[in-house]
Amino acid sequence: MNFFDTARLALGNIMTSKMRTFLTMLGIIIGVSAVILIVGLGNGMQIYMERSFETLGTNTIQVMILGRGSSRSISVDQIYRIADENSDCIENVSPTVSMAGTVKIGTETLNSTSVSGVSEDYMEMKTYQLSAGRDLRYMDIKDRKAVCIIGSYIDKEYFNGSSVGKTLKVGSRKLTIIGVAEQQEDEMRSGGTDDFIYLPYTTAARYSNTGNIRSYMFTAMDKDSSDRAVKAIENGLFKVFEDDRSYTVISMAQLLDTFTTMLNVMITILAIIAGISLVVGGIGIMNIMLVSVTERTREIGIRKALGAKESVIMSQFVTEAAVTSVLGGSVGILFGIALCRIATVIVTALLDVDMQVVPSAGSIAMAVGVSAGIGILFGWLPARKAANLNPIDALRYE
Amino acid sequence: MAPLIEFRDVCKYYVMGDNTVKANDHISMTIDRGEFVAIVGQSGSGKSTCMNIIGCLDVPTSGSYLLDGTDVGSLSKPRLAEIRNKMLGFVFQQYNLLPKYNLIENVEVPLMYAGVPRGERRRRAMEALTELGLAEHVKHRPNELSGGQQQRVSIARAMVGKPPILLADEPTGALDSRTGREVLRLLKELNAAGKTVILITHDNSIAVQAKRIIRLEDGQVTYDGPADHPDAMKTREQKEAVS
Ligand SMILES: Nc1ncnc2c1ncn2[C@@H]1O[C@H](COP(=O)(O)OP(=O)(O)O)[C@@H](O)[C@H]1O
Ligand SMILES: [Mg+2]
Repeated sequence: MNFFDTARLALGNIMTSKMRTFLTMLGIIIGVSAVILIVGLGNGMQIYMERSFETLGTNTIQVMILGRGSSRSISVDQIYRIADENSDCIENVSPTVSMAGTVKIGTETLNSTSVSGVSEDYMEMKTYQLSAGRDLRYMDIKDRKAVCIIGSYIDKEYFNGSSVGKTLKVGSRKLTIIGVAEQQEDEMRSGGTDDFIYLPYTTAARYSNTGNIRSYMFTAMDKDSSDRAVKAIENGLFKVFEDDRSYTVISMAQLLDTFTTMLNVMITILAIIAGISLVVGGIGIMNIMLVSVTERTREIGIRKALGAKESVIMSQFVTEAAVTSVLGGSVGILFGIALCRIATVIVTALLDVDMQVVPSAGSIAMAVGVSAGIGILFGWLPARKAANLNPIDALRYE
Repeated sequence: MAPLIEFRDVCKYYVMGDNTVKANDHISMTIDRGEFVAIVGQSGSGKSTCMNIIGCLDVPTSGSYLLDGTDVGSLSKPRLAEIRNKMLGFVFQQYNLLPKYNLIENVEVPLMYAGVPRGERRRRAMEALTELGLAEHVKHRPNELSGGQQQRVSIARAMVGKPPILLADEPTGALDSRTGREVLRLLKELNAAGKTVILITHDNSIAVQAKRIIRLEDGQVTYDGPADHPDAMKTREQKEAVS
């Protein structure tokens, strides 16, 4: 009796009681699809997060000067010196002065626009290109010019794409638009990446009465030198403040790592919880197999009388359990993939984010392996019971 | 050459609480190749127990059973399964066909356990069923057939692997007398073709169809000889009454 005979027997038996088989598989179906959905969600979140960080720039480092303890502060020049002294890992730096106040264009008010004072290098650091006009220049910074660069959302929505030379107001201050950044997002929206105004940080500091600038953005040479750059900045700052509570240095690379780790921990825990339902499903299979052995006692007796070895009876029942389980696993995979599709639609619609819930090949392979394993594991006991039946007792059984 | 079947002082006891049932009590006998033996006795006399031992489905409590010269008691379980598959064909009173399988699939089962490839299995099962006049029913399930037909299927299944021994436990017990005679005729034909046939029955009128009778009473052999001997049909009591 070869493997195909055994498999055919198992399939034959499973097919004769489809409803029961389906109910038996339910636990496995739910378990497998839950694992696939959860891992898929984790995958989607991971990809979404990486993409979000990408737009922020994975090589950027945010520095906040808190200046607590002593009243000492640090000047813009000192910050630039730190950057210059570590030009092996730090590429560039720009102060970032965020400016409050509503943005007005003509009679219209923009509520979600981010307004920042930056240096002449900022556009380059962001890797933004200009689609019209010119970039900020050192002279604009030095002379505190009332000029600005705007994101293409403002340009398109409020100026019909010809904003250069026109003016807008932040609070009561009037700024002349000198340049427009190229569109970044596929779909521009209010408050999005393309809804910004950059003006010289000196101008911004004066307009908002900021004495000492407390926020800077550095860029590392690349993502890998980010850690060294963080160290260098911290060292430079420590020399000035002699207190590491006076500033915070956060690199996007570190942040992404931290988030990824947290996400993985969360997904693993959820997947384990979902995995428990696989065990419950396995116990369901064992239960039904035990019933089936009792029901088929006479059949087992007949088979033994006709020359079936214990090992053959054993493998027949184990195969039956494994096939049930793998069938359940396969249905679970299809169901899980469908759930991922549905989840994508729901997440996209509900949260207004472009996130794809993608089942991973690894989780699918694991689901197949685990469900087969569970079938064999939980099929073992009933199969042993069947194999050990005394043929005479089995033949007398009514 | 060793006899095909030899019982040496075979006992089979069932212990049930305080009392012991001596289902087979010191049975010694030999059966040679090509014989047609009826093991006869009243219900509870130990016939089925005896057949289970001959059929390697059970082992004696004491004594030994030699099949083709080999002591069955010394064999492993897988080896016993192999012997059941290759040497023995079983026919039961209740047919014991697999209800979910059609006739071909039923008859195929012993061949499957013998490792015969599928195509060949089909062919041989078909052949065996045709021989027994069941060719047009091969796709039917057992419960769509009459009792006599089902018993013929079970004979086909018993013989498909060409075992030398056929064990039939009350094969006519569930049949009317006409189909019963038909089944007996089949057994005789098989015996004529060289099979060793062991027929178990409580019915003297059926037992006389065999060449030799072994009578069991309370687990003991009380007659062993030709079927046409005057003592063959007599119980121990009847014999004692005569003397
Ligand atoms: N598995 C068993 N457990 C206990 N007693 C049994 C068992 N099998 C048979 N017996 C007893 O052994 C005796 C012989 O039974 P059996 O061989 O079936 O007789 P027969 O087939 O001649 O009717 C009976 O008394 C029966 O009750
Ligand atoms: Mg009996």
